[in-house]
Order: sequence, then structure tokens, then C-alpha cells
Amino acid sequence: MTSEASTLAARLRDRDLSAAPAALNLIENRTRADDVAALVREVGTEARGHVIGVTGPPGAGKSSLLSALVRAWRDAGRTVAVLAVDPSSKRSGGSLLGDRARIEFDPADRGVLIRSTAAGGRLGGLAPATRAAAQALAVAFDVVVIETVGVGQSETEVAEVADTVAVIVQPGSGDALQFIKAGIMEVPDVLVVTKADLGDVALRSRRDLSAALRSLGARDTPVVAVSSVAPATGIDELVAALDAHRASLDLPARRAEARRTSALADFAAEHGERGLRALGGRRGALRFLAEQEPGLDVATLVERLEQRAEAAR
Amino acid sequence: MMRTYAGHSTAAKSNELYRRNLAKGQTGLSVAFDLPTQTGYDADHELARGEVGKVGVPIAHRGDMAQLMDGIPLDKMNTSMTINATAAWLLGLYVVAAEEQGVEEGALAGTTQNDIIKEFLARGTYAFPPGPSMRLIADMVAYTVTRIPKWNPINICSYHLQEAGATPVQEIAYSLSNAIAVLDAVRDRVDQELMGPVFGRISFFVNAGVRFVEEHAKLRAMGQLWEAIGRDRYGVTDPKHLRFRYGVQVNSLGLTEQQPENNVQRIVLEALAVTLGRSARARAIQLPAWNEALGLPRPWDQQWSLRIQQVLAFETDLLEYPDIFEGSTVMEGLVAELVEGARAEMAVVAEHGGAVEAVPYMKGALVDSHRERIRRIESGEQTLVGVNKYAETEPSPLTADAEGGILVVDPETEAQQRAAVEQWRSQRDASEVERALAELRRVAESDENIMEATIAAARAGVTTGEWAQALRDVFGSYRAPTGVGEAAGSDPAHPGDELDAIREEVERVSEALGRRVKILVGKPGLDGHSNGAEQIAVRARDAGMDVVYEGIRLTPAQIAASALQEGVHVVGLSILSGSHRELIPSVIDALREAGVDVPVVVGGIIPEADVEPLKSAGVAAVYTPKDFNLSQIMRDIVGLVGQQAATSA
Repeated sequence: MTSEASTLAARLRDRDLSAAPAALNLIENRTRADDVAALVREVGTEARGHVIGVTGPPGAGKSSLLSALVRAWRDAGRTVAVLAVDPSSKRSGGSLLGDRARIEFDPADRGVLIRSTAAGGRLGGLAPATRAAAQALAVAFDVVVIETVGVGQSETEVAEVADTVAVIVQPGSGDALQFIKAGIMEVPDVLVVTKADLGDVALRSRRDLSAALRSLGARDTPVVAVSSVAPATGIDELVAALDAHRASLDLPARRAEARRTSALADFAAEHGERGLRALGGRRGALRFLAEQEPGLDVATLVERLEQRAEAAR
Repeated sequence: MMRTYAGHSTAAKSNELYRRNLAKGQTGLSVAFDLPTQTGYDADHELARGEVGKVGVPIAHRGDMAQLMDGIPLDKMNTSMTINATAAWLLGLYVVAAEEQGVEEGALAGTTQNDIIKEFLARGTYAFPPGPSMRLIADMVAYTVTRIPKWNPINICSYHLQEAGATPVQEIAYSLSNAIAVLDAVRDRVDQELMGPVFGRISFFVNAGVRFVEEHAKLRAMGQLWEAIGRDRYGVTDPKHLRFRYGVQVNSLGLTEQQPENNVQRIVLEALAVTLGRSARARAIQLPAWNEALGLPRPWDQQWSLRIQQVLAFETDLLEYPDIFEGSTVMEGLVAELVEGARAEMAVVAEHGGAVEAVPYMKGALVDSHRERIRRIESGEQTLVGVNKYAETEPSPLTADAEGGILVVDPETEAQQRAAVEQWRSQRDASEVERALAELRRVAESDENIMEATIAAARAGVTTGEWAQALRDVFGSYRAPTGVGEAAGSDPAHPGDELDAIREEVERVSEALGRRVKILVGKPGLDGHSNGAEQIAVRARDAGMDVVYEGIRLTPAQIAASALQEGVHVVGLSILSGSHRELIPSVIDALREAGVDVPVVVGGIIPEADVEPLKSAGVAAVYTPKDFNLSQIMRDIVGLVGQQAATSA
């Protein structure tokens, strides 16, 4: 453990928000995996911050909604970090990270941090750096948002690390409804219908989504209609719905579960189907993980999986 | 009609300039406003810093407008105002200035540019979200058609689309789609029998590039399509109302910093594009100055442009013939091709739900077209004399004089204007101002026409910043799409060996850094000309970098916060308004204060004399329009990051 990782972890634990940019630079550094693992281990798994995944198709109004949410949280005195994951990497390896432009905040406000990251071409699952970043930031910030783009896959990915997953849909687009009915998309913790200023269309969408959720037996999942067009509406209701979901959670259990899923994804990415077979398949691996102590971080869980696979060979 | 686009420093100085130009034979006024006035901020607002009096005149209240028009009889003047987001307000101030001269509003003649969609697409001086912006335009059209019948309330600009890279087909299609969006909005606000006169009052402001035969065909095509839209979509029948009326400013994009004297012949040829055939001849022409690519033109430079028009009109036989392309099959074929292409592209815009909804689509398409243009120039497929061919030159006597052949605005101007606004606020009747603003907010929230309340606010002594803030409170603020996300990657049909080599270098430096090279491309200040910044952003992505681009109108504090939070390795700043001397050092101070110690490079219209001062302020490299080779710029940037990595490791 270098003193840098250690110092950064300590500053984050002391809720020193100015340590966040340097911590993120370290976490994204591919040549310093050991330091990153050390940093994540030192910040611990008992973070108080609420990690919220916000996902939805392009054009659904995620960014305007986030502007309004950030404002509401800041007005309530809560600090906020947003990790905007951009999927647009090209053949060149480069990407255009434009999302932060759409989230308005006062640059003098030290209580808000926005960091854009490229998804980095990994298929399935969040980039490990994004996961580590969310865990590290949740120690220092009251709210950590992971913003991803897409429907059907992205909410599963973001559930690996988020305490609460909110899916954003715009009125009149049937995608989310179809995906939920077809079982392609898991039922999110909170569903948000944007552009409530459109009136009837938005109301109808909200009704349809509620009906679909009821028919799936998920009648407790809140559907919130919001408008980010001035004057913004529904934002307070959404904040309350997100808080209520978190209050209803057995947080340590959900996070332990998420870490297990992540560890398995990391292991599979590294060792492939052959590695999984050595563990008795996905199910066998999950059973094994469930037997481990609940407070272990992802890197340690991956190590345990590797040791077991090695032993089984 | 002949005029030159003018205004700078203060109302008093601009008034002097106008009177001088009128005495030289100019027959109308074309008012250039500074960026704070265009975007609705007073001189003492944070965003106005470094921008006051730079690209035009600051007008903060009716006192400024009265001074600007002092001694100019407004009942006899035709005044064109390049104003968009705040057009309703500036027209209000103009009406009040006329009142003070004893002139009725009904006697006023002129034009407000008032084209907001091209602000979202190309020019960047918007203030409110698209919906409310269109409503303000519709209000102005509805008001002027009965109350100021000689006023052209909107002048739809295809001009800026070409500057942003539009092909002729895109220029036609996007500007006509834009006109349709405006007319559809107005249709809801006026009686059907007024649609003829309304249609007849819509005028266009087009661009003319140096490919002057095709450009002439473009204007003929626009005329044909415009007439068809009037007849078919709005039921207009009077041929007078159906005529395609347009003014022109010829192309600035093609004007070069290298051998700037060549711009004179480019301007002459472009002027021919819009005058050659009588049936598609411009009503009003503005010619840019030969040294626009270098900085703000001086009165002498503008006189030269006016003389070009006078030679064309009074020495040549250009105006003596009927339409000289009548019966030309070549011209007819060209026109038919453009009409067909434009119809197809207009259908795409309509599928997106019309011009307002299609802004992100059109923006992405323009960024793509511009990228293609730059590629052709870089590769030499398109010749630019003096730039990528015939670049050798004798020393130029035109740019040899001390100030480098451009006008420099006295930095004291800004401080004076700030003080003047504060003084104005302290001397007016505060309760009357409050009442006027409350009424303005009420009307903005309602569906009533905004003009009456705006004119009343102008009378009460409200300032430009206060008028705009009242509307921002009601409408909300807005950031336009940047288009770079929508733009495609480098075209695989032209595998760039050059780009591949740069990508390898980016990979190498990224390996050394441990994470991908990350660049922040920022536009400080109010200048909305984002074409350059967008092209840099797209090229940096194509070169393999992670690019953070936040669009226009950023304060130094915002840029510093982004650079810190995003952990970037290098910052690129773009600035074209001439305010680099103030803004660049402030950005660097803000970065250093935030603890961000990375190289900063700057691009824009930066006179040679300003390069050294910027470098001593901490800028690592300065690029001007003559640095057309973006790949070279990328190579430099990667090199800078590599050096930094080596020294800090």
C-alpha cells in the first residue's frame, strides 16, 4: 500500500470532498491495480452514501432531470457526486464525454462533483473502475449517482453497484413497458416518466407503467412523473421515493449481494467459461460466494474464487 | 441598399461611425451589438467580462439607444439589427428611441434578425429554451405585421449555416425548415387573412461562397421552394407576398488569414453570386472586410468593402440587363438538382418533428459536413490559394503597420460601461421599474403578446440584463446540443495514415500515464462561434483521446471546476470574439488556483501581437485560422501531454 492510496482513503473517510478528483485519477489508472485495490479496501464497505443508478434511453431527459435532482439535493444540504458513464467509445478508442455539460451546477459549490468516464468497451457489467469509484465516493458524498445510457441491459449492470436503480422513460415510448413485460428488463426500484409537461401523453404513460407493474406483482414500485421544464415538477416526490426505497432496504445485505455479482462478473471476464466450469458453473460460484464473510470487498472475493478454481483443477 | 455591419465600443462612438458611413453614401444602418447585449446580460454581469463593446455596441437601456441614434432621423432610416434572443427587447428600445424623436412606431422601417434556430445550430447567442424563444418570435411577427408594417420582424439566416459547414443543400433545407417552424408558430397567433402579409414580411439572410455559379443556382432554388411553400402550406396567393426576399453577407469562412489581400477578389466573386441574375438578385448586400480573419475591421477596411459594391453597381453593366440566365439549361439543371436534394432533406427534418425538434439532428449533420470540408483542405483535394497551395508570398505592406492592420478596442471601455449601467440604475424610478418587470413576468407566464410589456419596460428604464433575467426566471435557461456526440467518427473510406500515427502516439502516452489521454475543450466567454471548438473535439476523439466538451459560454470558474473534477491532462480553449486578452489569463489563474497544473493551448482569431503576451501568461501554444491542419494540432497536444507526463513521473 502506497502512502498516496492510504492518505486518499483516509481523507475520503473524513469526508474531505477535495480528495475525490485525485482518488478518481488513481482508480482509473490501469497500471496501479494494487493501489486501487488497497484504496477500495481502506475506504471499507460500510459507506453511508446512497448509491443511485440512473439509466434510460438517449433523449429520455436524464440530464435535465439530474440537474433538477442535484439542485434539490443541494438545497437539502446533501453533497452529490455524479459518475456519467458514456457509451460512445469509437474504433479509435477515444470518446466524447458531453454529459456534464447538460447538468447545471454552481462551479463554486464544492459539494457537487461530476466525473465523466468512457464505458471502455467492456461487454456486460460496469467497468471495474466505475464500480470502485462509486464505492470510494460513497464514503465521502451523501449521494452518488451512476448515470448510464440504455434500456434492458444497463439497469442490470448498474444494479451491480447501486443501492437503488431508477429507470427513466419518456412518455409515449413503449420500450420500457415492452421490456418489463417480456422479462428482458428487471423491474427497477423506481420508474420515472419525464416530460410531465406534455400533459395527457405523460399521464397515460404513467398509468400504463403502473398497470404493467401491478400485473407483474410489483405493485410497490413507485412510478413518478417529473417535468424538468421550468417550473420543474415532481422532483420532490422523486427524491422522497428514492429515499423511501433506501430506507426499505437491508443495505448491508444488498451491497454484499451486489459485490458478489460483481466479483463473479470480474472473474468471468478474466477466466471465461472454463474458469466458471471449475467452480461448478455460475450457480455453484454464487453458492460459494454466499458462504464467504459478508463484509469482503470485490477484489478479495475474486481472489477467493480464483483460489477455489485453482484447487478444483 | 448598401450597408456595412458596424458598431463597437460605446453608443456614442458607434453613432459617430454611423454618421460618417451615411455621409459616404451608405443608405442604411446595420447595427452590430456586443455579445452581452445579444445574450441578455448587462456589462456588470460575470459572463460579460472581457466582452463589452468587443464585437459590437453595448446597449443596456433606452438612454444608450437614444445616443446610438442621435441625429439620425428614424422615420427616414432603414435599420438592420443583428439581434436574436433579445430582439423583442431591442425593437422595444428602438420604438422608444423613435418616440423620443417624435416618430410614430408605424413609420419605422428595418429588420431584426430574430432567427433563433440558427443560434442553436451555429452562432450560439441564444438566451431561452427553444419553445419560449419561438413564442417571442411569433409575438414579434404578430405585433409588427399590424403595428410596424414596414418592419421585417425576422430575417432567417442560412448565412451562419454555411459558416458552420453546411453544403448548399443543407443550407436551403435547414433555413426553409426553420421558416416553416416560425410560420407555423405565427399561424396560431394571427388571423388567417393576415398570413399573406406575414409570409411576405419573412426575409432571408443568405451566404454566398466563392463557388459563385452554384451559389447563384442555390438562390434560384430557394426562390422556387419558397414560393411553393407559401402557396401549398399557407395558402398565400399574392405574388408580391410570395417573392423570396433576401439580403446577403458573403462568406467569411473562406476568407483566409494567409495572404489576406486575396480575400478582396474572393469577396468580389461572392458578390457576383448574389447579383448576376436579376430574378434572384439580393435586396441588400453586406460585404465583409478583407481582414476579418485577423480581427475587428477598421473604418478604412469597411470603406473598401463599400467601394466594391459601388464599383459593381455604378461602373459595371451588371444592372442593365434582364435575367441573364433565362433559358440556360445548365443553370436550370443545377437548380433542379438543388431543389430535389433540399426537398429530401426537408422531409428528414419534418420526420424529426420540425426544425425545433430536429436541432440535435441538424447540428450533428453540420458538424459532419464541416469535418469533411476540413479534411478536403488538409488533404489538398480542395484548393485554398495561399493556404494549401501557392503559399509562398512577398512581405505584405497591408499588415506591416504597427497594430497589425486591425482595430483594437480600448480596455477602458468595459469599465466605463459598467459604471454607466450602475449609474443609470441609481438614477431611475425604482418602483416604476419593479412594476414594469412584474408586468413583464406576468405576460411571459400568460399567452399574451410580449411586445406591449416590453416597450413599457423600455420606457420605464429597465436594462437589457433585467429584461432577459425576468424572462429567464419564467422560461428557464438552456444549453444547446453541441453536435459533437452526434457527429460520426473519421470516415473509413479515407483511412488517415496521419491519424493512425497520431493514434499510436496517443496510445503510447496513455500507457505511460496509466489512463487514456483526456482533454477538456472549453469556450470561455459569450462568444458562441463553436465550429472550431467542435472540430477540435471531434478530431481529438478520432485521435483516440477522451474528450470533455461542454459547449459554449463558460466562466473561468466553470472551466477550472471541470478540469479538476474530470482529471484532464490538457486544456484547449477556443475564443473568437477578441476577448482573449482578458479571458485566457483569468482561466489560467482559475486553473492554477484549483490546483490544476496541465498545459493550456488556445485557438481562435488571435492577432500576432497578442501571441507572446498569452504565452508569458502560461499558454503552451496558440493556433489561429492559418493553422488549418488539425492533425498537426493533435500531434502538438499529445506531445505536450507526453512531456508533462515525463517531467512529473
